[in-house]
Amino acid sequence: MDNQASVPNTGSDQGQNLNQILQQVAEHKGCGTSSEGGKASCGSSTAPEDMDPAVWEKVKNHPCYSEEAHHHYARMHVAVAPACNIQCNYCNRKYDCANESRPGVVSEKLTPEQASRKVLAVASTIPQMTVLGIAGPGDPLANPEKTFKTFDLIFNAAPDIKLCLSTNGLSLPDHVETIKKYNVDHVTITINMVDPEVGQHIYPWIYWNHKRVTGIEAARILHERQMLGLEMLTAAGILCKVNSVMIPGINDKHLVEVNKAVKSRGAFLHNIMPLISAPEHGTVFGLNGQRGPTAQELKALQDSCEGEMNMMRHCRQCRADAVGLLGEDRSSEFSTEKVMEMDIQYDAEGRKAYQEKVEVERQATVLAKQAEMTDLEAEFSDLKVLIAVATKGHGRVNEHFGHAQEFQIYELSTKGSKFVGHRRVDLYCQGGYGEEDTLPTVIRAINDCVAVFVAKIGGCPKDSLKAAGIDPVDKYAHEFIEQSAVKYFKEYLTKVKSGEIVHAERGDADIRQGAYIAA
Amino acid sequence: MAFKIITSQCTACSACEPECPNNAIREKDGTFIIKPEKCTECLGYFDDPQCVAVCPVDDTCVIDNSYPRYVEA
Ligand code: SF4
Ligand code: SF4
Ligand code: SF4
Repeated sequence: MDNQASVPNTGSDQGQNLNQILQQVAEHKGCGTSSEGGKASCGSSTAPEDMDPAVWEKVKNHPCYSEEAHHHYARMHVAVAPACNIQCNYCNRKYDCANESRPGVVSEKLTPEQASRKVLAVASTIPQMTVLGIAGPGDPLANPEKTFKTFDLIFNAAPDIKLCLSTNGLSLPDHVETIKKYNVDHVTITINMVDPEVGQHIYPWIYWNHKRVTGIEAARILHERQMLGLEMLTAAGILCKVNSVMIPGINDKHLVEVNKAVKSRGAFLHNIMPLISAPEHGTVFGLNGQRGPTAQELKALQDSCEGEMNMMRHCRQCRADAVGLLGEDRSSEFSTEKVMEMDIQYDAEGRKAYQEKVEVERQATVLAKQAEMTDLEAEFSDLKVLIAVATKGHGRVNEHFGHAQEFQIYELSTKGSKFVGHRRVDLYCQGGYGEEDTLPTVIRAINDCVAVFVAKIGGCPKDSLKAAGIDPVDKYAHEFIEQSAVKYFKEYLTKVKSGEIVHAERGDADIRQGAYIAA
Repeated sequence: MAFKIITSQCTACSACEPECPNNAIREKDGTFIIKPEKCTECLGYFDDPQCVAVCPVDDTCVIDNSYPRYVEA
C-alpha cells in the first residue's frame, strides 16, 4: 500500500500511436460485425481497415463499448470489493457504489472464490456472457487483494472471458502494473470534474496517505490521481472509459471541459450518466434536495459532447451483481447457495460455437438496416423524432409492452436511426395483468417519443398511449429494430407530407429515480 | 482507552480492517469489531486513528471509555 508505482513517460511515441488508434476506434461507431481473425467486415465498406486488429478484437464484442454489441452479448458483475477510499455526495455507503450502480441498491457480497464459481456457472449457462466486471460495491482498487484474487481465479479457469474494472481513480496509479499483468481488458474511471473548485462540492473527503483529507485539497489530490492514472493506462496500452455523473448546477456545464481533458489523455469512451437522487437514499444530495437532470438536459449535454468523442448512451447503471443481456437481470438464478450446488462444466467449445451464431445474427441486423436505408437517403427533411422500443436483445422488437422493464430510445432522421439512450420503467404488468396506476409512469418515461414499438400490447394501454399522443406499434413484432425504425420513419414522413399527421415537438420525459432492480 | 465500533452503524464495508496497523479489527457476525487489547489508538504508527479516518459512517469508530488509556511501551 505504501509503494507508489513509478510513472512511465506518458509522452512517448507508443502513447501517441495508441491515441491515434483509440481515436479511430472511437470514430468507428455503430457497426458491430466482424469476421474471424480480426479482419473487420461490416457487411460493407465501413470496416475500420486501418485499425490495429488487436484493438478491434478487444472492442468488437464488448457490450460496454458497442451499443450494437450490447444487444447480443452480456456482461456480469461480481460484488467482491466492499471498501471505498473516498466519499461522494451522491453515495450512501450502506448501499453499493453509486458511481457504478444506482443508489439505494445492495448487492450480495462474495469472496473471490464464490465469485469465480459464480462467473463460471453463469458463463456455462449463458454463452453470450463475455465480460466480467468488478465495480463494487465499493471501489475495486481500495480492495486490491480481493479484486486481483478474483481476476486471478477467472483468468486461469476461463481465459476467454474479458475482465474489466471500475474505479474512482484515487489508487489507480498504484495498480496499473497489476492491471496489465492480468490482461485486464478495460478500466472505467469515474471523473466528475477537472477543477478542484467544482470537485469540493462533490467529494467531502478522501482517505489519503493514512489521513482523512477534506475540502478543495481532497478534490485536488483526487483530480491529480485520476489524470495520472488515465495517462498511465493509456501509456500501458489499456483501454480506458470515463464515466461522469451529471449534477445540474454543480458540474453540468463543466462536463464539457471534462470531456476534453479525458479525450486528450486517451480515454476512448465517455459516458455521462444522470445523477439519481432521492431523500430515501440518505445521500447528501438526496437530503439537500439536489435534483438530477431531465431526459432532455441529459441528451443535450451528451449531444454537445458527441462531436468531441464517442459517447456511450447505453449504460444502464445496473446493480453491482447484475447478470444478463440488456435490461434483463437473471442474478436470482445464480445466488451463492444455488451456485455452490451447481455442477459446473465450463464448455469453452460450446461457447465459441454459440458466439459464432451470434455473429451471423448481428451481420443480418446490420444488412437489413442498410437495405432499408437506400431510398431514405434521397429524402430531404430535417425532421427528427424519438421512438421507444421494447426488446429483450438480439436486435429485435421482441418484448411485450407490459413486460418491459426499460425501453430503448432511438432518434430517427433522414440519416437513419441512432440509439440515444434507454428509459427504465417499473414493470407495468405483473403476473399477466396490467396495474392501472403504473401506466402513467411508463407514459411519462417515454413522453418525448412519437411511438413505442412492442411485440404485443393490450387494448387498454393502447388507448391510453394514443390519448397521450404516443403511437403504439405492434406490426414490427419480432422484426429487426433498426430496420423497422427506418421503415416507420419513412411512413411518418409520407404522412406528414400528405397532411395526415401534424408533426409537433414532444415534451420532456422523466428519468426514473431508484434502483434498476429493487433490492 | 481503545477504539470500538458501534456495530449497529457498521455497514461491514471492511475498509477499516486492512488499515489497522495492529490487526485489531476483524469480522464477526456480519459486522466488524475491534479487539480492545490489540488497539493502540494508532499511537506509534499514525497521527490519526486509521479506522476513524477511513470509516464512511461518521461516529461509528469511537473511543471506548471502559478501557484504560493506551500507554506506549
Ligand atoms: S466511489 Fe463509489 S462507493 Fe466510493 S463514495 Fe463514491 S460512489 Fe460511493
Ligand atoms: S485506532 Fe488504530 S489501532 Fe485502534 S483499531 Fe483503529 S486502526 Fe486499529
Ligand atoms: S470502516 Fe466503518 S463501516 Fe466499514 S467495516 Fe469498518 S467500522 Fe464498519
